[in-house]
Amino acid sequence: MQALKYARAASVDEAVKMLREGGPTARVLAGGTDVIVQARERRRQIELFVDIKHIDEVMSMRMEPRGLTIGAGVPLYKIYGDAQIARHYAALAESTRVIGGTAIQGRATIGGNLANASPAADSIPALFVLGAVATVAGPNGRREVPATQFCTGPGVNVLLTGEFIVSIFFPALPAHTGTAWERFIPRNEMDIAVTNAAAMLTMNGETVTEARIALGAVAPRTLYVEAAAAALAGKPLTDASIAAAAVAARDAATPIDDMRGSIKQRKHLSGVLVERTIRRAAERARA
Amino acid sequence: MTTTSSNRIVINTTINGEPIEFLADMRDSLLEALRERIGLRGAKEGCNNGNCGACSVMLNGRLVNSCCVMAAEIEGAEVTTIEGVASAEGLHPVQQAFLEEAALQCGICTPGFIVATKALLDEHPHPTEEEARFWLAGNLCRCTGYDKIIRAVLSAADTMAK
Repeated sequence: MQALKYARAASVDEAVKMLREGGPTARVLAGGTDVIVQARERRRQIELFVDIKHIDEVMSMRMEPRGLTIGAGVPLYKIYGDAQIARHYAALAESTRVIGGTAIQGRATIGGNLANASPAADSIPALFVLGAVATVAGPNGRREVPATQFCTGPGVNVLLTGEFIVSIFFPALPAHTGTAWERFIPRNEMDIAVTNAAAMLTMNGETVTEARIALGAVAPRTLYVEAAAAALAGKPLTDASIAAAAVAARDAATPIDDMRGSIKQRKHLSGVLVERTIRRAAERARA
Repeated sequence: MTTTSSNRIVINTTINGEPIEFLADMRDSLLEALRERIGLRGAKEGCNNGNCGACSVMLNGRLVNSCCVMAAEIEGAEVTTIEGVASAEGLHPVQQAFLEEAALQCGICTPGFIVATKALLDEHPHPTEEEARFWLAGNLCRCTGYDKIIRAVLSAADTMAK
């Protein structure tokens, strides 16, 4: 491990102050499952960890009529283990349930998953379709960043030096809305997505009034696939409209060949997973 | 937590029910502190990146990989390691089941599996085989003796239910 210091912040303001004093090599420490490994393997130069897990706002979860707020330090097991989240934000529960194994889920957070900005991040497609917005604190105060604008490429995001995610807000979804998330990996658990996808559908009878589709691990950042949503919105949900959305998803995907999968496989999976998530989201919207 | 010099800290914590104070380097992981500073060598270093589960311990009642926790984070916390699983009366039923089912080969993964299994059974006393395999997916056995391990887990669940 590189030489580094550890400090514990008791409030958001104190964390901002510590990060400002630490400069560009200071990083917040929440679950640590990415950042500690990156520090040890010297993939990021880190000289100060500011532990934000002793800040109430960072560790709390709040369901209100206007929506759900999850502190950036809340571990995954508390998210998918919450019955209200599983019911109202199914895509979020489904994605957080399979990030890493049990021991990772005891620590890892969605704040970290978003900030780490992996193209294959499992929670990010769910955050996209759920309309999630990150609250960021920093030397210039607070600002809100939609999840869809947060990551700018593999491992990079919009956070400026000294800024960190305090919490993530999920607006309440309209009635008759369903969401779903899926991924493909070659084993049953503990693997990085070859491709992942999420869908949100709002239905009025059999007509789709609003649709959102997101795809992961097929581009430098998670894709918000407008064309796939457009193939569904304002029309009755039919095999033909779902097939058109799947084609749009395949067309939008610009994957690479790597050890986890080929371009051909990932484009194919984009269609399959988008179709599956649409069908499951629709079932939930009707229920 | 007291900083004694530029990167040395005194940590006050509770390990296996005993309050303890020890000196660590701020860069130590919890795994390094347990093994090198405190002398508890039951938790093993496998991958050192959160994939293998050989370093599994309980932190404030939750299963974690101790290689992915900074030692400084355990100030004021409660940690249970494999050394805290057996009681003065004898082995824990999970340990007994691993022995009886011969659920170990080289043994490096075993402390992690036992800590993770105890965590599973404390939360889900009657897991199905699928639930047990899913819960333990973050614990790797490079000798690949998974079937015997799962048999031991389910057998321990039966014993603990009696």
